[in-house]
Amino acid sequence: MPASPKREIYGTDPFDGDLAMRGFALNAMCYSFNTRANRERFAADEETYMAEFNLTEDQKRAVLKRDVLGMLEAGGNVYYLAKLAGILGLNVQALGALQTGRSLDEFKAALLAQGETTRRYVA
Amino acid sequence: MSQVCGGIFTSHVPGIGNAIARGLQQEPYWKPFFDGFNPVHQWLAREQPDVAVVFYNDHGLNFFLDKMPTFAIGAASEYRHEDEGWGIAFQRPFIGHPALSWHIIEEVVESEFDPVTCQSMVVDHAVAVPYELCWPGTDPFPVRLVPIAINTVQHPLPSPKRCLAFGRAVGRALKSWKGGEKIVVFGTGGLSHQLEGRRAGFINKDYDHFCLDNIGPNPEALLGHSSLDIVELAGSQGVEILNWIAARGALTGDVVELASNYHVPISNTAAATVLFENRELVPA
Repeated sequence: MPASPKREIYGTDPFDGDLAMRGFALNAMCYSFNTRANRERFAADEETYMAEFNLTEDQKRAVLKRDVLGMLEAGGNVYYLAKLAGILGLNVQALGALQTGRSLDEFKAALLAQGETTRRYVA
Repeated sequence: MSQVCGGIFTSHVPGIGNAIARGLQQEPYWKPFFDGFNPVHQWLAREQPDVAVVFYNDHGLNFFLDKMPTFAIGAASEYRHEDEGWGIAFQRPFIGHPALSWHIIEEVVESEFDPVTCQSMVVDHAVAVPYELCWPGTDPFPVRLVPIAINTVQHPLPSPKRCLAFGRAVGRALKSWKGGEKIVVFGTGGLSHQLEGRRAGFINKDYDHFCLDNIGPNPEALLGHSSLDIVELAGSQGVEILNWIAARGALTGDVVELASNYHVPISNTAAATVLFENRELVPA
């Protein structure tokens, strides 16, 4: 029986079994970055470190080009990629800017434009 | 008899932990979020709970994708936060409550749930940030921890319906616990946000208000959407509302909202903090 078609959500690719399989090596490498010594080894020699984790060519290329959408396409999960982003000096807002083709200031401004504070307190 | 005295539901953005580490709580960007904890601090000082049962999701600190449980219950005597890749590790340990953990495990399996049990685990910002928000400073945390992790990372995720039922099973376990402690339930994460893809930065205030208005009085209203519906409505990480839904299920008494604070944006997230009192229903 063919698999049912995937749910289409604009600009969103839910991280499912297909992506989890495709991205395993990349995500495993990023998981190793929980340890500072591993982050330092990666920063010192990215290609050797990626080879140790058997990254695919697509994954290596996306990492070397800092191509976040390419890393997602290659199966990267954003919670794991966030650990790589930290090494590269990028926070999640900088990642957001890179993925949406905006400057960091534009990305932040778009969030601030939705600013709201709503409070309810029982006295 | 133990007593579930209430619930604290809050966002757990890592940037909040960074702001705490750098002492930015009173900066204009952060203050509207941190001020939402003033009533929580007053309530905690008054209630002085002994135990915290925390529904959260792990973001790749304890669990990797090689083994990814849908529901996991900690049963360790101590838990620690560790470096998650950006160099912050909160130092205060989280003292566990293995006897209560095993009671919950026994009871939820009796209710036909099948959790993974963890006698050794580390907890990430989804536990550490809410703890730091509730009990700032350097004193040892005054509560013992039972962490309950829900998979909100790798699809298929459990349905909202399943999460509410799971939370209710935990709530029944808490009610039947003979330990006599006062228990507070946490649900962490959310509200709407999306970190990845061309829709990064997505926020949906209408859906957030729908959740805030219903999670207390009418949590069944949140069951009308599937987990993928919630991804579409709240963003791929907004689906962390599943932790809130499960935590709400664990409050089995009369649930009264004492405070609610919704603030956009914190980093890429619509942040919220809600405090509920749980008044045990007295049998007629």
